[in-house]
Amino acid sequence: MTDNYMGNYVGQRVKRTEDPRLIRGLAHYVDDISLPGTLHVAFVRSYYAHAQINSIDTSAAESAPGVVAVYTGKDVAAKIGPVPCAGALPDLKVPDHRVLATNKVYFVGHPVAVVVASDRYAARDAADLIVVDYEELPVVTDVEQSAAGGPVIHDAFSNNIAYRLTSGEGDIDAAFAAADRTVKQRVLHKRLAPIAMEPRGVLARYFPGEEELTLWSSTQIPHLMRTQVALMIGIPENKLRVITPEVGGGFGSKLNVYAEEALLGWISMQLGKPVKWIETRRENIQATIHGRGQVGDIEVAFKNDGSLTGLRYSVFADLGAYHQLLTPAIPTLTGLMLSGAYKIPAIQMNITACFTNKMATDAYRGAGRPEATYIVERALDLVAAELGADPAEVRRKNFPAPSEFPFHTATGLDYDSGDYEAALNKAQEIAGYAKLREEQKKARDEGRLIGIGVSTYVEICALGPSQAMPAGGWESATVRIEPTGKVTILTGASPHGQGQETSFAQIAADELGVNINDVTVIHGDTGVVQYGIGTFGSRATAVGGTAVFVAIQKLKEKAHKIATHILQADASRVAFEGGKYSLQAAKAASAAGTSEPVVPVGEAPAGALPEPETEGKSSLTLQEIALEAHVAKNLPPDTEPGLSATYFFEPKNFTFPFGTHIAVVEVDRETGDIKFLRYVAVDDCGRVINPMLVDGQVHGGIVQSIGQAMYEEVVYDESGQLITGTLMDYAVPRASHIPNFELDRTETPSPVNPLGVKGVGEAGTIGSTPAIVGAIVDALAPFGVRHLDMPIKPENVWRIINGH
Amino acid sequence: MKKAINLSVNGVSHTDEVEPRMLLVHYLRDVLGLTGTHVGCETSLCGACTVMLDGQAVKSCTVFAVQADGSQVTTIEGLAKNGELHPVQEGFWEKHGLQCGYCTPGMIVTAAQLLDRNAAPSREEICHGLEGNLCRCTGYQHIIEAIEYAAKKAGQS
Repeated sequence: MTDNYMGNYVGQRVKRTEDPRLIRGLAHYVDDISLPGTLHVAFVRSYYAHAQINSIDTSAAESAPGVVAVYTGKDVAAKIGPVPCAGALPDLKVPDHRVLATNKVYFVGHPVAVVVASDRYAARDAADLIVVDYEELPVVTDVEQSAAGGPVIHDAFSNNIAYRLTSGEGDIDAAFAAADRTVKQRVLHKRLAPIAMEPRGVLARYFPGEEELTLWSSTQIPHLMRTQVALMIGIPENKLRVITPEVGGGFGSKLNVYAEEALLGWISMQLGKPVKWIETRRENIQATIHGRGQVGDIEVAFKNDGSLTGLRYSVFADLGAYHQLLTPAIPTLTGLMLSGAYKIPAIQMNITACFTNKMATDAYRGAGRPEATYIVERALDLVAAELGADPAEVRRKNFPAPSEFPFHTATGLDYDSGDYEAALNKAQEIAGYAKLREEQKKARDEGRLIGIGVSTYVEICALGPSQAMPAGGWESATVRIEPTGKVTILTGASPHGQGQETSFAQIAADELGVNINDVTVIHGDTGVVQYGIGTFGSRATAVGGTAVFVAIQKLKEKAHKIATHILQADASRVAFEGGKYSLQAAKAASAAGTSEPVVPVGEAPAGALPEPETEGKSSLTLQEIALEAHVAKNLPPDTEPGLSATYFFEPKNFTFPFGTHIAVVEVDRETGDIKFLRYVAVDDCGRVINPMLVDGQVHGGIVQSIGQAMYEEVVYDESGQLITGTLMDYAVPRASHIPNFELDRTETPSPVNPLGVKGVGEAGTIGSTPAIVGAIVDALAPFGVRHLDMPIKPENVWRIINGH
Repeated sequence: MKKAINLSVNGVSHTDEVEPRMLLVHYLRDVLGLTGTHVGCETSLCGACTVMLDGQAVKSCTVFAVQADGSQVTTIEGLAKNGELHPVQEGFWEKHGLQCGYCTPGMIVTAAQLLDRNAAPSREEICHGLEGNLCRCTGYQHIIEAIEYAAKKAGQS
């Protein structure tokens, strides 16, 4: 080893090993990779939401300067298979989703034709010369109209309802009948655009001689993408290599297999040259998946003491025109989490999922769970308002006790571990909750509008057991110790900003007793890494990190066997400590005395590995064992050479992180402006590998929640035109919009994996919106407000205050 | 149609013939191979493409390369001197001011300019100075702390 073990990396604020390349501008995202002779691709996309394509005239484009090829839907429909959907639901309608539109376009941004040219300017110029003769068709953008018999979008079906599903346990009718009171509320979850700062992009290079295709793509799921694209374009999977270089954020939007990824690969195979497409931001908002998109009705039944007896949620899910990879599955995730952090004896969810003339919805950070948390937390606030009770106390009343775990919910889940009251108590303590309520009362008396919102959330993470996943819920790791003692980790997770190059190295450095700088984590290359599932659903550390941890234990078993052999000792006498296998002190002398000499070898040829010098030693470093394992002249019988181990970790259950968020806002009576006074978050994501990374995940998630609660909304007009098509119109939060976060944690280890890790990637987005909305509603309570739909803008607030 | 331009980028002089419509960011990335400067929106709204043009932070996605003729440009690749990180770069590393890293070069260049103009900015002044730069990962808190760190560090040296 070049450096010594520094000790106890896990749990420390270790600076990221990723950062030196990123802060110096030396990292490589897809568009930063240039290959000689690369051709550039531009798309022609529909500007109608629903139209018949009568004809496409590509002649002017084909003869434009620099143009190499033009393809339309007709050219590729029989060559490239449909864009895949992995959602498996009973009687699900799956439209035939081709990579380019064939006879009809179904949403603004639907790709119609593609131009390949010598550079990106020439490609764009030529794309503008393509003339498409459209005949407009009736449009449906409203999901309830779509369900009620609006214009049918897909000719293959008789209506727009993709599926209906009822889920939940317990006698819901009895629960409502037995309740003292019930309350109802309609809630909207507007469509959101994920807006990863790096738009999507693909570089494809086909090697005609080797018949191999490499795709560099900005994706969260390189291996799943390889399998799907291979099937779509008909190349053997083992001749397709997918590489994710640096990926500039995903938030679920790159947990997908898109038309452009398959099409670029196919074009490169046709032309025998590298081809590149980099999404523009306008394309990104039009044709990268959206999140949320639900219109639902909550009904909650409860007793006069505040205890909940039943919850029903009936929802119209706006799927968009087509299914992307997980489109139909997202609303079902909402159904799974409708019990929130509470004991609710009966729960029912009724989903009506419909096609609309819009981009598909799919997994955006939280993916169905923020909707669930929002529904349950809004319901608890409504119960508190009905009873005139403190919202925190209504929540406390319905928590399961720590002794009730594993806790079975009426949505069919078994929560792994939790102490919800501890997180609530801690958050209330940090916020000074009782005092805040007094200050609020005083402020109200002075005419100021201050509101306090509380959210006690639970989320479902570490997706997940394979039984519950469409394509495997495990994760893989290979850990190798190279002959020089350097440690290489190959992970099937595909981090894109979360920092697992650092956190996995922390785990490995501690387990192996090496310096963290001697560990390299490799990910995102199907040519190098064994199959993996990818990074999404707050799974990478809990599932992928566990795979690393267990692979290391396997590797150490082998290292121990080799050490025992070389040290000529009983296995029980050789112990691993501080990066070394040592004979236990009392027995070291006699063992050393009986050791046999290492088998002598002749002079090593130039370029051979250095000769191990382990003879007569009483301890062996991992580096020495690694060298012995590779030189392989003195291994125990029946031992394979080399020092590596691979493990595919299959979790037995999901994990269920939780926490309490408290937001305090003040509303300006004159302008309706909303200002944060405090933001306290106490999150419990199980054991923490790197607190700095966890803080970063929580901050980022909360700010995306602030966006959802106060600014963001994808707007289509009645004709299906996208009104929020640029970052001028789609309002992503900026630095001046954020509160000064006060974060803390409780730590309840998960029993589901040996690390005790739960996951934290989506916690902020899931736990936060109800606290923010609750605070704004609370501020406006003097005006009789009990609920407001997101995004809550100053204009909405001003209208309430001024009675407009 | 092409026009000759001469400019200095990170202290190195370059002469090239470019189309008048070529954006400065494409010149830096595609012609000079300085791919640290990123494109996030093409409309001046996200700030990922921020570079220094004659000492002013500009969005290089809405500057033509020909407009930079005769100018001095500094990109993210030019901030570290003699292998020493710029205090802002150091701050971003120390304070976890980045996750995916895509907005980071523009953020760092903007922050460097902010500190050039105001060596000891308040939290409000930092937030105001970052109005033109979007980050979707960090929630800004660690970026603000990174800039505070850099201000303190630069003040000590």
